[in-house]
Amino acid sequence: MYKIESKNVDFFYGSSQALKNINIAIKPNTVTALIGPSGCGKSTYLRLFNRMNDLIDNTKISGQILIDGDDIYAKGVNVDSLRKKVGMVFQKPNPFPKTIFENVAYGLRVNGISDKKIIEERVETSIKQVVLWDEVKDKLKKSAFELSGGQQQRLCIARALAIQPSIILMDEPTSALDPISTSKVEELIYELKTKYTIVIVTHNMQQAGRVSDTTAFFYMGELIEYDNTKTIFTNPKIERTQNYITGRFG
Amino acid sequence: MKTFYKKFSEKFIEGLLMLSGTVTSLTVILIVIFLFKEGLGVFDKKPVEEGYVIAINKNNAIRKITSAEIKNIYDQKITHWNEVGGKPDSIVLFRLEDISNFYSDDEIGENFEGLPNCINRLVDSLPNIIAFFPEKYLIKDFKGKQLEIDKIKLAEFFGGKEWLPTAQPSAQLGVLPLIMGTLWVSLGAILLALPLGLAAAVYMSEIAKDNVRRIMKPLIELLAGIPSVVYGFFGLVIIVPLIQKTFNLPVGETGLAGSIILGIMALPTIITISEDAMRNTPRAMKEASLALGASKWQTIYKVVVPYSISGITAGAILGIGRAIGETMAVLMVTGNAAVMPHSILEPVRTIPATIAAELGEASNGGLHYKALFALGCILFLITLFINLTVEFVTSRNKHNKH
Repeated sequence: MYKIESKNVDFFYGSSQALKNINIAIKPNTVTALIGPSGCGKSTYLRLFNRMNDLIDNTKISGQILIDGDDIYAKGVNVDSLRKKVGMVFQKPNPFPKTIFENVAYGLRVNGISDKKIIEERVETSIKQVVLWDEVKDKLKKSAFELSGGQQQRLCIARALAIQPSIILMDEPTSALDPISTSKVEELIYELKTKYTIVIVTHNMQQAGRVSDTTAFFYMGELIEYDNTKTIFTNPKIERTQNYITGRFG
Repeated sequence: MKTFYKKFSEKFIEGLLMLSGTVTSLTVILIVIFLFKEGLGVFDKKPVEEGYVIAINKNNAIRKITSAEIKNIYDQKITHWNEVGGKPDSIVLFRLEDISNFYSDDEIGENFEGLPNCINRLVDSLPNIIAFFPEKYLIKDFKGKQLEIDKIKLAEFFGGKEWLPTAQPSAQLGVLPLIMGTLWVSLGAILLALPLGLAAAVYMSEIAKDNVRRIMKPLIELLAGIPSVVYGFFGLVIIVPLIQKTFNLPVGETGLAGSIILGIMALPTIITISEDAMRNTPRAMKEASLALGASKWQTIYKVVVPYSISGITAGAILGIGRAIGETMAVLMVTGNAAVMPHSILEPVRTIPATIAAELGEASNGGLHYKALFALGCILFLITLFINLTVEFVTSRNKHNKH
């Protein structure tokens, strides 16, 4: 049983086609890296899994995306509950202008949890999961903006974890971070894999190699190659993949 | 040579630009100085018209009397001297036109040449008289006593509940009803405009499709360009009769009518400023909220509105600012009764409407004229306060966001 399956997915911005016939199947509790040069459609593809592209006017999708076997673009799907199941971490840390505690509690509150005890428990667990607890436990009432960029990004991951999703989408989560914060987030991804299915978009080849089990290489809206990360990095079947990975273009 | 010309022309243009800036600033300062010089002059004036005296019998112990007391005496609300600190005798009122009740035409004379003498004798003979007459009829060795009248006091001006600037013998300059009228009408306007304006702003920035917004926004901005007299006209013909019918009132010109018209006039300010503020909410912030399973509405009221709250506040305050300073439309629909408002369904009069309506009949440099300028000062201070508040709210916001 696959966690995520994408069948013949085409995607259009207005009349220009951004994704062409993408077929991928992702197993549960794995990390999948989406790589490729800028504008290749990897971020667009990632944002299909929690229907984030719905926010953009004039877009159209065809084909099927199944999560746990259900087509998430079928009629009558509740997008809000889908997004509860599929959490997302963005390129730049984007905490709300609220306290550290309220940032993590936000997702719980909007999903109708109002029991103070449950909220406190979940906030603490989530922040501990991202190994941020010792750094922030004394200033939970302070603004999230007082944290460093790396801390903010881990807070954003904690925020996504608090609502207990089963899939986490990460859109270049370390591109705005320094090397030390980056390695902390990477360690975190490795640990989170035991509980969640993770799809990560990254520009950083080494990162893809370090954290992912499978890798998908996109080029100009097409899926060029999709395989075990090891195979892709050591023995790609297609020359273009090889060229990209070795830095000959991109 | 060429570079010299270039340098010279650049300096010249710079000079011109600086001049325009200086001239504008100076004009503003001059207007404010003029306003306050004239306005503060009211506290240097006496409420009794210049050239008139108020006299009593020389045996009467009263020496000073306030403007309000004079009015109440002449309105016969005060009928005994003990009410103003004298003996318990009833007051005898005397106005110039009463003279024929006391003296024959022969004594007064054909050209009133005997009048000063008559007044003198009358005041001397009636111990409880109070007489109001022109100073030119005051003879040299007048046997009565002229009452001292205090200048207008600050407390009287701001605490007085009656605005009768042309009342005889003593003008009543209480601005409280006018200030209250202004605040009531503005408050009503904002209560109507704020929910409607906010709703429209949320709709335009968060919900409307791009092409809907492209039509709606210029339309709303057009609302700001309609001359205020046209709003007043609309209010007079449509809203006033409607209010009169709905609430079954004797007159439809009420504070409510003013509030509705001002509310409509404040809408474009509120909508455009708060819509801009909401559209400035970073997309990442909205996406973060939606990605956590928040619905569109939760995102709007938990993220977009809090994030843009200072812009929304600024829009609302500037909207009130427009409402407070608005003259013409309000003058046309509020009924302009200068009394303390007890309900929104009564006629009220605002400060700007008072100035506009009365300045034409106030004699240059006189008490009434200065009083209107003092009203102008109050209005100026209110709007200054509003602008400073906006300044404060928006600058505080800049520190909050990185």
